[in-house]
Amino acid sequence: MKKSRKKKLIQFIGFLALRICLYTVLAILLVFLYDIVKNGGGAISWEFISQPPRRGMTEGGIFPAIMGTFIVTIVTAVLAIPLGMFAAIYLNEYAKQGRLTRLIRLSIRNLSGVPSIVYGLFGVILFVNILKFGTSILSAGLTLGLLTLPWTITASEEALKTIPNSYREGSLALGATKWQAIRTNVLPYAIPGMLTGTVLGLARAAGETAPILFTGAAFYLPYLPKSLSDQFMALPYHLYIMATQHHAIEQVRPLAYGTALVLIVLVLGLNMTAILIRYRMRRKRRW
Amino acid sequence: MEIQPKIETKNLNFYYGSKQALRNINVICADRHVTAIIGPSGCGKSTFIRTLNRMNDVIAGTRTEGEILIDGININSSAVDVVGLRKNVGMVFQKPNPFPKSIFDNVAYGLRINDGKRRSEIEDTVEKSLIEAALWDEVRDRLKENAFALSGGQQQRLCIARALAVEPEVILFDEPCSAIDPIATAKIEDLIMKMKKDYTVVIVTHNMQQAARVSDFTAFMMLGDLIEFDKTDKIFTNPANKLTEDYITGRFG
Repeated sequence: MKKSRKKKLIQFIGFLALRICLYTVLAILLVFLYDIVKNGGGAISWEFISQPPRRGMTEGGIFPAIMGTFIVTIVTAVLAIPLGMFAAIYLNEYAKQGRLTRLIRLSIRNLSGVPSIVYGLFGVILFVNILKFGTSILSAGLTLGLLTLPWTITASEEALKTIPNSYREGSLALGATKWQAIRTNVLPYAIPGMLTGTVLGLARAAGETAPILFTGAAFYLPYLPKSLSDQFMALPYHLYIMATQHHAIEQVRPLAYGTALVLIVLVLGLNMTAILIRYRMRRKRRW
Repeated sequence: MEIQPKIETKNLNFYYGSKQALRNINVICADRHVTAIIGPSGCGKSTFIRTLNRMNDVIAGTRTEGEILIDGININSSAVDVVGLRKNVGMVFQKPNPFPKSIFDNVAYGLRINDGKRRSEIEDTVEKSLIEAALWDEVRDRLKENAFALSGGQQQRLCIARALAVEPEVILFDEPCSAIDPIATAKIEDLIMKMKKDYTVVIVTHNMQQAARVSDFTAFMMLGDLIEFDKTDKIFTNPANKLTEDYITGRFG
């Protein structure tokens, strides 16, 4: 009797500890969101999201920054999605599963832990200097693409692993070539999962400052970029300027909060897209 | 009917890496007859049947020695195209593995990947294959439904129809009834006995009664060795080897 009461007490304390951990995390998140919404909410207006900044960025909106982030994310996606997916297909379906493949896979996972400033400097050297793309949307998008690749590859490979082998074998046994089996009987079921991971990676890239700092983001541009070789404004960089580098920091603080809010909503939107894709996929999945 | 060999293995050895899974297997599968492979778990019977359509190729580090002749041609020779081989040698797996597509698309799958058949041709073949697999009457009104809506036994017959649709000459069954109920099993056994009119059938089973019911010839394997191979009647009434007798009378296995 005594023993079981003691057990119950230990269990109660254990659960309590876990619950406190969860609530702490939630509380931090809520305080953080509350602060941004409270201070930034007032700045949000149609003008704020549809107009360029004016008067040394003390007035006006952040339209060029929104568009800049949007465009650069598209460039990132164009690089990271196909390259990541095909690399994952090769790794999971074609590569001989030996020590070398394991090493490559481990390296890719490790790349996702490399600090983003390192990607930024690498982007300067490779895209800006060696390939002479200059500080531009192209350079910044490609740099962010590299940053996203490890996430895309890993998520895509995980998605491929969830497809039962019996689909591959069943297809091969009917006289399909390996590529036919993959194309018609593996990819259609893996692509939603691949997209989920990829979109999450893109959401992360959209919020990055360091990789675009030297590769293409501009301090202030009153107009939109006209080509991929133009510089651009980006939300995270704009936020960084407004929060730390502006000459009238107190005056622009509401605008900085407003920018943060827009950025968070954008990233949240991308994450919601990923969740939606995954939800729809799970509902359709029957194996 | 005169018995013609369709498949013939000569001193077949098979290895997973350094581990030998088949030792010196010499079996002849007669044309338009049913050959059953029986034996305790791990005896290599599934490995054996998977060598016949080179399904083991997909497993890394495997190696085959000796000859497997189908219609006198060594299927492991470099001149043989594995895709063509698998079209000619169909396979039904242990666990029903319908694809997450409609019933129709499942049966049409092999036709669509192989060559540009016309729509009407595909429709005809799908119907014919489903009739042959004794499933048509149950699904004729719901061909567009997802194949997962079918029962396990129906799914297995769907897989049989899918294999038949590409018009093979040989069909391999790898324990086709181990995951389905007795009534569904009886239907599939019926089907197998009818199929030998047009096809050469090889079936792996660890249900000895099933082997006795459906097959004309039986091979008994143990630990990678072929212990005995003979007419099914002979194996089950008067086996030559003591091990065979012990196994079929249920003394081990």
